[in-house]
Amino acid sequence: MGLQKSEIMLVVAAAAIGLLSFVIPDWLAFTTTLAIASAMVVLGVVMLMRAGLVSFGQGLYYCIGGYAVGMGGRFLGVTDALLLIGMGVVATVALAMLLGLLLTRYREIFFAMLTLAFSMILYGVLVKSHNLGSTDGFGVGNWTLLWFDPEGGKGSKTVLWLATAVGLAVALFLNRYFGSAIGLACEAIRENEVRVEYMGMSRRQILYINYIIAAAIGSIGGSLTSLAAGHVDPTMAYWTISGEFIFIALLGGTGHVAAAFIAAMIFIMVRTYAVELFPNSWQMILGIVLLLIILFLPKGIWSLFTRKRRVAS
Amino acid sequence: MTEILKTEGLSRYFGAVVAAEDINVTITEGEIVGVIGSNGAGKTTFINMVTGYLPPSAGTIAFDGSSIKGLGPRKLMRKGLSRSFQIPQLFLDLSVLDNLSMALSASESRHLEMLRPVRTPERIAAADEILTQMGITQYRDEMVTAMPQGARKLLDIAIAMLANPRMLLLDEPTSGVSTDEKHTLMDTVMEVVKRRGLTVLFVEHDMEIVQKYVTRVMAFASGIVIKDGPVEEVLADEKVQELVTGKRRGSRGKNTETHEGGA
Repeated sequence: MGLQKSEIMLVVAAAAIGLLSFVIPDWLAFTTTLAIASAMVVLGVVMLMRAGLVSFGQGLYYCIGGYAVGMGGRFLGVTDALLLIGMGVVATVALAMLLGLLLTRYREIFFAMLTLAFSMILYGVLVKSHNLGSTDGFGVGNWTLLWFDPEGGKGSKTVLWLATAVGLAVALFLNRYFGSAIGLACEAIRENEVRVEYMGMSRRQILYINYIIAAAIGSIGGSLTSLAAGHVDPTMAYWTISGEFIFIALLGGTGHVAAAFIAAMIFIMVRTYAVELFPNSWQMILGIVLLLIILFLPKGIWSLFTRKRRVAS
Repeated sequence: MTEILKTEGLSRYFGAVVAAEDINVTITEGEIVGVIGSNGAGKTTFINMVTGYLPPSAGTIAFDGSSIKGLGPRKLMRKGLSRSFQIPQLFLDLSVLDNLSMALSASESRHLEMLRPVRTPERIAAADEILTQMGITQYRDEMVTAMPQGARKLLDIAIAMLANPRMLLLDEPTSGVSTDEKHTLMDTVMEVVKRRGLTVLFVEHDMEIVQKYVTRVMAFASGIVIKDGPVEEVLADEKVQELVTGKRRGSRGKNTETHEGGA
């Protein structure tokens, strides 16, 4: 089972980021790491969107991933980044397995509001937890990557390499997942739940599995963000953060896994420059960008590539 | 012949409205049974109850000797009971081949298979075979939206057949299809049905189609079965002519046409 053409492109893009990391400034390495981490949460949102569900609470798992890294180091003394990420995934999967039982019964606005409610519950709990720094959160301790200690001025590059490698693995997995029977079944559920059942598939089982995988990927994004930022706070679970993930998902579109990464990079760059140039009205700039995307590219930035390919053929 | 479907006292009420009441039917394996009735007579309600789409308010349903009352579509499909729909239930954003591959993947019922690509050589071969049998190979790589209504009906029935059912329930297979196409469509479907040795129960409004393709008819009116028997006997029945086919009213010069429309 060899790599598909688009998968080779993903590997090339990851290799290019790895090489560029040696020449780009630290601030750009940091921004790129955040974009990759956000893209992973966005991919979770995209997985749900493909099944016809919109989550306004993906920040829940993003936050759990982030806090797992922080708490693993602070309370358990774990320093290995991969182990910390793994702890976040385990905690996330356990919670998603529980919440998924309820959430997969709901559709449309009810699903969206319930996901938002759960993320806001976590936000409320964290705000009230003084041991976890309340609204200020707390700093993530020094971490290692297997035998390699990223400290000593190379931390931002190491986390970029880690994010790129993990991001590539997730992207390759999801590329196969979207083309698999279960990935296509999610699209089928969005279109016609009745037929899915009469084909002999359980829509709830499919949505449940899809929901758990989306949560796990979101958690990885949160873990990488906290490793890069060196800090976690309750706003990771706040609804506006979940809104940003939806924003990026709409910006990129659901056409390809790469769209989430491109859109996340564009979003972070636009936001960074909007804050720099229009400190009091940067939200308006983001709003205008979203408006333009919805009006002119309703299927997201990725539709530019597919349109170009269609014209060429 | 073996009994394949048996209902006793099957009823469905929506509040005070009686959609179907006391339906007692026994269908033996290999039979091709037509279900006729005017709009709102209870035909589709009956089909929906048998296929797990609607829970019955009262009565029993047995398939192949065991009760299927309360079972959902998925379990019924696995027991060998499949159906098509009055409005074809297809995945419009997927290609015809992907629609069929999905159905094949679902019928394999192996969870890990769901993680494999939906298009495998075996599934493509099976999809090509059913497309050839249904005479719609030309749409293989098209999106469903590019298909005419008749072809969509055939695809809907093809998907129902991919589960290898023992009994197939067709809800108005010729509705929305032009008069010219109706016979071609039914010829194609019936040929595949006979080749696979399926038992078929189908709702139909066109009496010409009923006379041509079935040997037994169940006539519904106001939620009850008013006549059940050989096609000629049922269609010659005065009550059926008055309440279903409209021929008696036609003879009085009020209505000379067969009823058309959904149940």
